[in-house]
Amino acid sequence: MHLTKRSLVLLLALGAVALAGAGGVAAQTVVGVTATEIKVGNTNPYSGPASAYGTIGKAIGAYFKKVNDEGGVNGRKITYITYDDAYTPPKTVEMVRRLVEQDQVALLFQTLGTPPNSAIHKYVNQQKVPHLFLATGATKWNDPQHFPWTMGYQPNYQTEGRIYAQYVLKNVPDAKVGILYQNDDYGKDYLKGFEDGLGEAAKKLIVLKQSYEVTDPTIDSQIVNLKQSGANVFFNITIPKFAVQAIKKSHDIGWKPLHFLNNVSSSLGTVLKPAGLDASKGLITALYMKEITDPQWKNDKGYQDWVAWMKKYYPEGALDDQSNAFGYNVAILMVHVLKQCGNDLSRENIMRQAANLKNVELPLLLPGIKINTGPTDFAPIEQEQLAKFDGERWAIFGELVDASKK
Amino acid sequence: MDHEGGAAATAAKARVARAAGEREATRAGGYLGVGALVLALAIACALPFTMSGFRLFQFTQVFTYAIALLGLNILTGYNGQISIGHGAFYAVGAYTTAIMIDKWDIAYGWTIPTAGLICLVVGFLFGRPALRLEGLYLALATFSLALAVPQILKYFEHWTGGSQGIVLSKPKAPFGMRLTEDQWLYFLTLAVTVVLFVLAYNLLRGRTGRAIVAIRDNHIAAEAMGINNSLYKSVVFGVSAAYTGIAGALSALAIAFVAPDSFNIFLSITLLTGIVIGGLATISGAIFGALFIQFVPNWAQDISKAAPWAIFGVFLILCMYVMPNGIAGFLRLVWIRMTRPAVPRGEVR
Repeated sequence: MHLTKRSLVLLLALGAVALAGAGGVAAQTVVGVTATEIKVGNTNPYSGPASAYGTIGKAIGAYFKKVNDEGGVNGRKITYITYDDAYTPPKTVEMVRRLVEQDQVALLFQTLGTPPNSAIHKYVNQQKVPHLFLATGATKWNDPQHFPWTMGYQPNYQTEGRIYAQYVLKNVPDAKVGILYQNDDYGKDYLKGFEDGLGEAAKKLIVLKQSYEVTDPTIDSQIVNLKQSGANVFFNITIPKFAVQAIKKSHDIGWKPLHFLNNVSSSLGTVLKPAGLDASKGLITALYMKEITDPQWKNDKGYQDWVAWMKKYYPEGALDDQSNAFGYNVAILMVHVLKQCGNDLSRENIMRQAANLKNVELPLLLPGIKINTGPTDFAPIEQEQLAKFDGERWAIFGELVDASKK
Repeated sequence: MDHEGGAAATAAKARVARAAGEREATRAGGYLGVGALVLALAIACALPFTMSGFRLFQFTQVFTYAIALLGLNILTGYNGQISIGHGAFYAVGAYTTAIMIDKWDIAYGWTIPTAGLICLVVGFLFGRPALRLEGLYLALATFSLALAVPQILKYFEHWTGGSQGIVLSKPKAPFGMRLTEDQWLYFLTLAVTVVLFVLAYNLLRGRTGRAIVAIRDNHIAAEAMGINNSLYKSVVFGVSAAYTGIAGALSALAIAFVAPDSFNIFLSITLLTGIVIGGLATISGAIFGALFIQFVPNWAQDISKAAPWAIFGVFLILCMYVMPNGIAGFLRLVWIRMTRPAVPRGEVR
């Protein structure tokens, strides 16, 4: 073979492309990844006031153990490093810096709580570390333009508020709405979503708003006020302790509005049973996960797989704690992203793949809910479904509501 | 008779000799102490150029804690007023800095003395009525302060950002100094720490210091000697709060975020743990205590993920058994043992 001028040019061009390609690869940052290992970092409150959530961090570790036992992700084992931050932001900053600078993790996953994540938000984006699927319902994690390395997970409170508003507009012609909300960001996030959802009609439809402080002993007087306002729709934005009181009190004084209960307090075991199943009849909430204590999922494959996994990998975890289902579900999503990365586990590609999820379904999400993300959409779960309590269980009704489509 | 007199004379002579020896030892100890201090400072200044940003951040935290512990120690160790609410002043200091930077764009340098000043006033005013309370009752009153402050912070949402808190930017090194943000913060904190420690040393070793201690040891006797107990006590409360507030301000800069969850009751208890472990009524104890509360919980977590606080508890109990006077007290004891002139065998003490 003799070299013609043309083939020489071709060869040079190929070489240039190869060099450019190599240059492109070199610009990627690969940290925390070897041929046999991917390091994933996490913080959770294993101690302190929010330690009940700590079981999420443990469940995630137990799921990664299962993945590793089955050969890992593309031949790499997941090394899961999780530290206790006791739900205090300064400790979160310290632990996350330890994970990023000392342990050199590839990414941060499911760091828990709104204040702890707020404390590290800027830092991880300056360091360009993927900060994925945070365990908090705040709305601000979906901001790819300003924080391209941070992505939320669960539907946010505003989304849910809008869903109830849409239902009211569509189905209650002469609505007079009374609202009870907790006077903090959580309560106000819900309230904003609901009022935005009502739009122009909000001023006319809402007849009374009552708030309470999380430290109040009871909310009985607020319920009485709401009844006297003549409201026939009640949006109940309360955490479990007060949800129980609100359901009981309105039942006792004979107030029977169309009662929306926020998802935060939808647990059968910790809210509806203590409030009384009879008093809870007719409540409406929005769900995105299968409620694991709900008998309707007994024969569901996703539920049964979860129980089998719990028994084998996390036997000390409680089978009636929804948090264990939550951790399992989100860990599956994490592994899905890592698999989708293939052999390119640079931080850039991990982020690119997390923002490139197409119709992903998780075993403990409600049937039909699909996770979709994109370069401008960092809100993975945006669908929820309304459910009515029939005295025994949450009966899902209507269609999946997609809050991303307004 | 003669024999007895001779024995007494010998004993007296021995006592004089021993006293001289101890003075000598104290002086030698003084030189050595200064030497150790200079060495420690030299090491502290060299650290930023040998350590990672994360480690520097941890040591910045240590100095911040040390300032707060010194403040609490002046109150509890020297003056005998127990406070389990100093986290509240830490929070007030941190929020002063955060609000001044976030709302009014004031240069962070000004916010540190302001935080101290505000806490001085708040501490003095709180100390005034709290004077009527003694011991455990005062402890309870301060406890309520620690419980209340995080909630009060949520109430003034317009200023404090509610439970979402306030996000800040880390200060950059001034005058074109080629330091990273971590290095600069470290030096800033170190400098503030040194200044405040020198001030505390001067305050405590003179007349004022003796008065403060006298009130602790016997307040009636102190009063009889002409010390204005109530004024002293409230001023000490104010100074103590000011120290803790400055620590809070520095921590707000280092963490670059404040939220009510950062200042829960556990912080106050941690501070109290720190001064007891470090050594009550010692200045160096603040440094040892700070090292302890910064690093031991992390070690505990490395030893056992399942029960880190149980491990921490074991550490605490061990410390209290082995070093009942805290780390500073223990080191002092070791020092005295090592430098004490040999005592003749069988000598009557």
